[in-house]
Amino acid sequence: MSQILDEDQRIIEFDVRTDEMLVNMGPQHPSTHGVLRLVLRTDGEIVSEMEPHIGYLHRCAEKIGENLTARQWIPYTDRMDYLAAMNMNLGWALTVEKLLRYQVSEKARHLRVLITELNRIASHLVGMGAYGLDLGTFSPFLYAFREREKLLDLFEEVCGARLTYSYITVGGMTADLPPGWLQRCEAFLDQFEPVIREYHTLLTTNAIFVKRTANIGVLSPEMAIDYGCTGPVLRGSGVDIDLRRDGESIYTAMYDGYAFEVAVMKNGHYPRDHEYPAVPRDAVLGDCWHRFFVRMLEVVQSMDLVRQSIDRYSQCKGPLGEPLKLAEKLPAGDAYLETECPKGQMGFYVVSDGTPIPWRVRARSSAFSNLAVSPELCRGCLIADVPAVIGSLDVVMGEIDR
Amino acid sequence: MAEFLIETIGLPVWLSWTAIAGLSAFLILNVIAGGALVFIWAERKIAARIQDRLGPTRTGGRFGWLQSLADGIKLLAKEDLMPDGADALLFRIAPYVSFCASFCAFIALPFAFDVVGQRLNVGVFFVVAVLGLEVFGVILAGYASASKWSLFGAMREAAQVVSYEVPLGMCVVVPVMLAGSMDLVTIGEKQAGWASNWFIFHDPFTFIIFWVYYTCALASVNRAPFDLAEAESELVAGFHTEYSGLRWSFFFMAEYGSMFLVSALAAILFLGGWNGPVPVSKLLGLSDGMAVNAPYALRLLGCVNLFLKAAVGVFVMMWIRWTLPRLRIDQVMTTCLKYCTPIAAAMFVGVMLWQLFLPGGLVPGSFQNAAGVREGWLEQSGSEESVNKDSLSGITPSRRIAEVSR
Amino acid sequence: MRGTDFVTELEAAIEGAVIGRNLETLDPWLEISPDKLLETCRWLKESCEIRFDGLQCITAIDWLETDPKKAAKVEWEPHTEIVYHLWSTKARASLVLKVKLPRWKDNQPGQLPEVSSVESVWRGADWHEREVFDLSGIQFLGHPDLRRILCPEDWDGYPLRKDYEMPLEYHGMRGR
Repeated sequence: MSQILDEDQRIIEFDVRTDEMLVNMGPQHPSTHGVLRLVLRTDGEIVSEMEPHIGYLHRCAEKIGENLTARQWIPYTDRMDYLAAMNMNLGWALTVEKLLRYQVSEKARHLRVLITELNRIASHLVGMGAYGLDLGTFSPFLYAFREREKLLDLFEEVCGARLTYSYITVGGMTADLPPGWLQRCEAFLDQFEPVIREYHTLLTTNAIFVKRTANIGVLSPEMAIDYGCTGPVLRGSGVDIDLRRDGESIYTAMYDGYAFEVAVMKNGHYPRDHEYPAVPRDAVLGDCWHRFFVRMLEVVQSMDLVRQSIDRYSQCKGPLGEPLKLAEKLPAGDAYLETECPKGQMGFYVVSDGTPIPWRVRARSSAFSNLAVSPELCRGCLIADVPAVIGSLDVVMGEIDR
Repeated sequence: MAEFLIETIGLPVWLSWTAIAGLSAFLILNVIAGGALVFIWAERKIAARIQDRLGPTRTGGRFGWLQSLADGIKLLAKEDLMPDGADALLFRIAPYVSFCASFCAFIALPFAFDVVGQRLNVGVFFVVAVLGLEVFGVILAGYASASKWSLFGAMREAAQVVSYEVPLGMCVVVPVMLAGSMDLVTIGEKQAGWASNWFIFHDPFTFIIFWVYYTCALASVNRAPFDLAEAESELVAGFHTEYSGLRWSFFFMAEYGSMFLVSALAAILFLGGWNGPVPVSKLLGLSDGMAVNAPYALRLLGCVNLFLKAAVGVFVMMWIRWTLPRLRIDQVMTTCLKYCTPIAAAMFVGVMLWQLFLPGGLVPGSFQNAAGVREGWLEQSGSEESVNKDSLSGITPSRRIAEVSR
Repeated sequence: MRGTDFVTELEAAIEGAVIGRNLETLDPWLEISPDKLLETCRWLKESCEIRFDGLQCITAIDWLETDPKKAAKVEWEPHTEIVYHLWSTKARASLVLKVKLPRWKDNQPGQLPEVSSVESVWRGADWHEREVFDLSGIQFLGHPDLRRILCPEDWDGYPLRKDYEMPLEYHGMRGR
């Protein structure tokens, strides 16, 4: 305890010694994003130790993958990060394509960019809204869902599903876009752009929000890398890595010719191609505020990418191409590929013995690694900071438990 | 009223007083319960509108105006659960303690001139003190629930409410000083006339202290951003985690009752009470203020004024709740101890100095009512008589008998 | 794969660490001797020119053909393979390490195979190793807190092993 008191200046205000108490937060707790259980050891309001218990949503998708062909497993990837199912589909599809050394048509490539970036927006909207909820404000959540509904409408038109799409599949897409869809998508983007300012007013620059998130749960870049944190969590700590730019060639080839700047703080500044609110004085690189802000920037960045991909897609003449057969034979060997999903780098690993059914399937979950660092971030914070920290990691239990 | 029963109908004294007490209690209870229904409905509609939704639309025909009643019936029918390890007696009485505190405070709250359950010459003191008792219900609930989350909520509430009583008390003292009386009826009556007579516009210090009061009031009734005792994202539901059904709804009635109470108190202390911004009765030549023989219709108008002002206060509370995130417990304490208390203290001193050097206010002629009392207060160092001399002039004959005999 | 000369350096630094390799395939991999694993990992993270500072994933693959007809045809002996996917933040390069273990220690069914934990090298390995222990049944020596992570603590067996059979009943719930 004395160590904690030395480390954290805020705690000096609470100097009444009390007995330690074990508190169970979850799995039915309102702010644990599904079925996460946190065991807190607290001294009054101060959390001296936090331990996450996961597995409440475990269904051993990897074992299921050993009994299905590669394309048949696509719907199971939907149910991992169910808020960004398109990105999950893409991750698995690309991994199998890597093993097959298969390249999709140019048109499919741009369509994939278009769809996954839209889904990234949808996922970050939930992340943002739910984060507001974690901090005790309800309205931003509904503002976020209002816009997300429109996105889901677009997805529904494309593939018939609102949450578990299975749209991107091995070797291409299950269907082409319906007529008039691109116009509706553009209309959405035009309508959505000014709404982002609303979010910044309600949350990013809100004095109470800044007070609650700035300098809370500071994650150093070294620790982030050591724990295998990825995505906005890693970039929030100022590490300039985005697999869309730095990943393997089969993935970066998808983004060939697209202009985007990785949302990361460099020399004290975020990329400034849009009007963003200034970084508050109290915010420290790697704290909850920065993780949140990186997500907000990625929404704008994704909108940009979507606009570019709409242009490219509509310029592509040729056919979209058919996806591979349901029971396509996989060559013997293995392939591992990580893609940049909204929550972080989602890795898929496929081992094949030459039959259509993979010998072993592995999903490396980004949120799994991101959550693993949470005990470090929560040491010595207050109970109210625990939801703030967990929310800033933006975990989805479906992906962690698989 | 009691005198009316005694003198005209000839009922025995004890019976008439009891009957009147019962009547007042009945009326106030209905104000709280009915108010809670209206405010819960309003909260739903306001929250919905703020969040781009419609809120209840069907129950009771249009606007879902019967939604709260439907909820009430649902709560009545709900099983009254109690955790195994709970302290049965305390667990059961806790909601009533909370509710009673909120209810009792209404006794001394005037809704218009002389429309008050029991006029007290220490009205302000009584209301603030009794309202503070509400925290006992919460602490009991938290302690008796045998749930750690409840306990956290209760301890937060205890720390928060006790701390905020300090700046709240300081803010409340300012109008008392200006009016020279702790009697809420007198304080309200001192602000009769144009809106410039309201204490909030008395001087810059009172203007600032009104906002401090409102912040502290927000904290002391546990509304966002100070709703830490029931912070649902941290403590599940805080002190009422283990409550269900009617007992749970009593906490809510108490909360909405207190919300209305502190807003009404703000209206009386700073915003002219039951006096409208324009002295209607005076302009119409009906009476001087709402004094001696003011018709009952004017009192009713006064009630409407006060309700409107309090409703605006409650509306702002709801608006804040659905807009702002929640503060953390240490930040709540910081707000209280580092900001509210020093500001309140400084403004208190400021008002005091203003009173000494600019007793009539910046505009000559305004605040004559108040000034008269103030002079008496200053010269005769708070002699009860001179204060009452002025305030008594605005009291019905029967009331005067009671005052004098006291 | 950029810069493969570190493999020669690795061989020089830790003798007998690399017992197999394929640097030409999709994901270049090195097979590491199980008793040199910890040493190798530490070298790769701290001394190697390309600092592999991130451990992305640990996978255990159970090589066992349960169908006796097919089992007669396969070339490999039943074994467990642990695959480590490493990543270098600076060089943006990845590397795969493979470690081969027997399916059971000393071929005694029920005795979990053992390998040293790399938790002391990469903190992120903590949960990944717990998951592999939970689902594939590998004992990581030196892990600070090796417990089941996804399955309940009283779960029986290791689901990702090929010969795993779902229990008929778990706490009164039907399994199959």
